[in-house]
Amino acid sequence: MIERTFRPMWAFVFRDFHLTRRYISWVIVFVFYAIVNSATIALIGKSQNDFRLTLTLMLGALLWSFLSAMYNEIANSISYERWEGTLEYTFMAPVSRLIHLSGVSLFAVIYSVIRTIVILGGLVLFIQISLNGANLWGVLAVLLVASLAFMGLGLIAAILPVMSPENGAQATNIVQGVLLLVSGIYYPVSVLPAWVQPLAYLSPATYALEACRKLIGITNPASTPKELVGAPLSSVLPELGILLLMGIVLIPLGLFIFHQAELWAKRTGKLKRTG
Amino acid sequence: MVVESTENNVKQAIRVEGLRKVFRKREGFRAKLKEEWALKGVSFQVADGETYGLLGPNGSGKSTLIRILSTLLIADGGEVWLLGMRLPQEEAAIRHLIGRVSVDAAFYKKLSARENLLYAAQLYGLEARTAERRAMEILERLGIESRRFNDPLEEMSRGMQQKIAITRSLLTNPPLLLLDEPTTGLDPKSRRDVQGFLEDHRKENGTTILLTTHDMAEAERLCERIGFLAHGRLVAEGTADELKYQAGSEDLEEAFIGLTGEDIKADEEMGK
Repeated sequence: MIERTFRPMWAFVFRDFHLTRRYISWVIVFVFYAIVNSATIALIGKSQNDFRLTLTLMLGALLWSFLSAMYNEIANSISYERWEGTLEYTFMAPVSRLIHLSGVSLFAVIYSVIRTIVILGGLVLFIQISLNGANLWGVLAVLLVASLAFMGLGLIAAILPVMSPENGAQATNIVQGVLLLVSGIYYPVSVLPAWVQPLAYLSPATYALEACRKLIGITNPASTPKELVGAPLSSVLPELGILLLMGIVLIPLGLFIFHQAELWAKRTGKLKRTG
Repeated sequence: MVVESTENNVKQAIRVEGLRKVFRKREGFRAKLKEEWALKGVSFQVADGETYGLLGPNGSGKSTLIRILSTLLIADGGEVWLLGMRLPQEEAAIRHLIGRVSVDAAFYKKLSARENLLYAAQLYGLEARTAERRAMEILERLGIESRRFNDPLEEMSRGMQQKIAITRSLLTNPPLLLLDEPTTGLDPKSRRDVQGFLEDHRKENGTTILLTTHDMAEAERLCERIGFLAHGRLVAEGTADELKYQAGSEDLEEAFIGLTGEDIKADEEMGK
């Protein structure tokens, strides 16, 4: 039982680890770009001499970098297999889709956490901003809980490359772009057009950001540029609860939708490399 | 005409009855769906431990048939039983018992042979050390030096990649092998290596093999019975001698042309 569950799940971590290792130059380039991109955004706050704005922008860039990296790893795992031509072999292996996608997601979370820590280190060194007093362990906990909901979204988006060999991979970017827009990554949700604002409350990123701002101390009036007053984890339990609930709903929903898409692809012959 | 050559009391590893598959394609946004029948009621049986060859030109339905048997396509009609289990109802159990090699060796090209094979082995629940030992044994018999085990697949020739693909399909020693043109595009030596290995493997393990090929000599060498597939129909079936007798011809290629009205050689040339 354990062998049939954990060994196949580990197979995906093994595969993705070695692929990342073989494409390490790409990884370095993307991480470098993410540091530079995040720095240019955070420097807008620095130019205003406003440490709260700097931290808000920095947090937004970091959180988005984490969530989008994870989302991409999951959503594009299918397009990558199409590209390599291995999709049929993965789909005919005696592995349930739950185990398959859990393995992909497990690597995605590990990879995204490490990537985010490296980017955070690069940013702190470059921008010279103090994180003293910020509850960074709390932030990590929020990221991990938010990962569940983003896994679910990734699973839903992963059906696009299953259904459309030609355009599916590109279509996952539309979902990602909408999340970026509505979640208030760099601005308060209140500045969005009124009809868009309700969408913000459907995005897990909105709650993850709210919680992280409290944990870092951005929203606390007692925080100073040299000493932040981060909130304890207990103060963000409502956000954690919502994120957990979203994960509990979105993961089974994602698996269900993925299963339906797989059945459709098997009826129409879309699993084949060229469609 | 289908030649009856199997005995009814033989245990069947593959039983296909009236298998049909249609693909629908819309050409243009407002155009009607166009139907293309890939399989039009194919029936055949393969006995336990038998090697059965399916010969047909490109587009005859061979790969569609293999994909249905590999659980990658759902048929539109008919029945498939593999090792006593029905598709697609029992596909989860069947997947443990089948190995497949396709015409294009599908691998993560940046990963080494070792990494690709260990990944596949773990997917099937095999322990890494056991898998590595077994992979080395098979590769050695296929004539691949052990020092190439850690080379990325992208640095290997097509023949070597196909040998790695055969190794992957045999890691768990499945009782049923589905081989979709495994030697197409290989040089003569690699082709002989693979054919010899498959012969030995079947003798030693009693594996049932369904082989699709363009190569008449390969079909005669490896297959106890052969089916001719053309335009989605199984138009003739029997041993190579039975087929030649049926067509009144000296060799299998002539028999194929006579019974199907297709020239498989011309098709192969075009494929190249």
